[in-house]
Amino acid sequence: MRMNNKIAKKLKKDFPIFKNNKNLIYLDNAATSQRPKQVIKAIIDFYEKDNANVERGFYTLAERAMIKYNNAREIIASFINSSPEEIIFTKNTTESLNLLSYTLSSVISKEKDEIVLTEMEHHSNLVPWQQFAKKNKMKLKIIKIKEDFTLDMKDAEQKITNKTAILSFTSVSNVLGTINPIKKLVELGKSHGAITIVDAAQSISSIKTDVKKLDCDFLAFSSHKMLGPTGMGILYGKKEILEKMPPFNFGGGMIKKVKWGSAEWTELPEKFEAGTQNIAGAIGLGEAIRYLEKIGLKNIADLERNLTTYALKKLREIPEMNIYNPGSEKSTGIISFNLGKIHPHDVSSLLNEKGIAVRAGHCCAMPLMKKLGIPQGVTRISFSIFNTFEEIDKLTDALKKIRNKLE
Amino acid sequence: MEKLNYKDIYPKHVIELYKNPSNFGSLENSNFEATEHNSICGDEITVQIIVKDRKIINAKFSGSGCILSTVVASLLIEKIKGMKIKDIKNLDKDDIKKLFGARINSTRIKCALLPLEAIKKALK
Repeated sequence: MRMNNKIAKKLKKDFPIFKNNKNLIYLDNAATSQRPKQVIKAIIDFYEKDNANVERGFYTLAERAMIKYNNAREIIASFINSSPEEIIFTKNTTESLNLLSYTLSSVISKEKDEIVLTEMEHHSNLVPWQQFAKKNKMKLKIIKIKEDFTLDMKDAEQKITNKTAILSFTSVSNVLGTINPIKKLVELGKSHGAITIVDAAQSISSIKTDVKKLDCDFLAFSSHKMLGPTGMGILYGKKEILEKMPPFNFGGGMIKKVKWGSAEWTELPEKFEAGTQNIAGAIGLGEAIRYLEKIGLKNIADLERNLTTYALKKLREIPEMNIYNPGSEKSTGIISFNLGKIHPHDVSSLLNEKGIAVRAGHCCAMPLMKKLGIPQGVTRISFSIFNTFEEIDKLTDALKKIRNKLE
Repeated sequence: MEKLNYKDIYPKHVIELYKNPSNFGSLENSNFEATEHNSICGDEITVQIIVKDRKIINAKFSGSGCILSTVVASLLIEKIKGMKIKDIKNLDKDDIKKLFGARINSTRIKCALLPLEAIKKALK
């Protein structure tokens, strides 16, 4: 505990947001993380020293921009053990998944007509497939969760069949914090010849991802949930499948040859990256990965798990507390709860009085909230490397006061 | 830019009204009724209104909601008693802000407007 706090307090100094908001207790890291000064500096440096468009200019500045940009793609690729040409730049996880939903129909075999998801999906991994299923006259199947908030693998075994064209699932629930058996699910999907897609938005900054070991076909994540800038996302895809897929957007940068009536597409990954990309965003994400790797993903997971264990214990001491989390051994640093019948939006507004920032509401998972019988949603806390045990004490004290005030 | 501060957002009378809302319940002989939802926050409010000669005689609300929607519903129903239907149709966001008195966070204005939407829907 003391060790945790010491590291957190040291790391907190890297985040300028806390210098500018002295009493802020930021517990909404699953919505978007804060950015360390190293990331902010990398972005400023690029704009102030090296700014030029990439792949278009033949002058020194353009070359420097290009080197930094390519270097960022290499950092990102090696972070998940892929090759750079399999890393497609998007604006976020949502766009990565949409890219797939717009282009995958051409590579799935005609006799397969089912898409399998889980009850834990964020709207971004549900709505695109809902629409895909409607358009292609396919059926959507949803793997259930169990009472302990983990995935029902028996149900998964029944729902994933030879009819499954696509299996797309979240690695970690953004509401429950549950870590899913990613490898097992991919294996199950592969054994039935399904295309496997992992939404890694909530796991990427604390669980080591190796796409070669996982053997998934696609994996999506966002920069802004891993200490990087907003407006930058990644889609990893296996080269042999990406090559068969049509482009998502058309325009500059993605063509080899253009005539008035036709065009040829360029190689991967640019085939999927029409228009000028978020160059500074890519460089910022590269720096964020460097920062994360310096601390070590295993250490980050340990820090967050210790906080989660402590927070669960403290929250359980509060009467009328309903917690939706499978326990710290099975989850990342995400805890959702309801304090009696008090509306989560009120809990959040009242916590704000104490400078505590949390998420409240349906957390982009309306069907899951309905299943849990809580249409008003939840109050959600989510940790990062700079959070301390004292902050959890302040949170639980504030929650007790809110309960006394409103009940 | 608005400066962030961490002061008490709800005055005591607001909290009291939330704990014991006035005009809460149902009316047996109402002639106008509607339910309105806010799917974003899961709030649901039902209003029942007794209208005579295009004027509000009585009204009550029920349902589950947050502090904002509950307190605004209590205050708004008190305000519309005796009002003409055509005047209620002119009520807007500014009237609700004035009625509530305390500051409404811009991200939560929809919660505060839910009771007015339900009343307008009932009187359509």
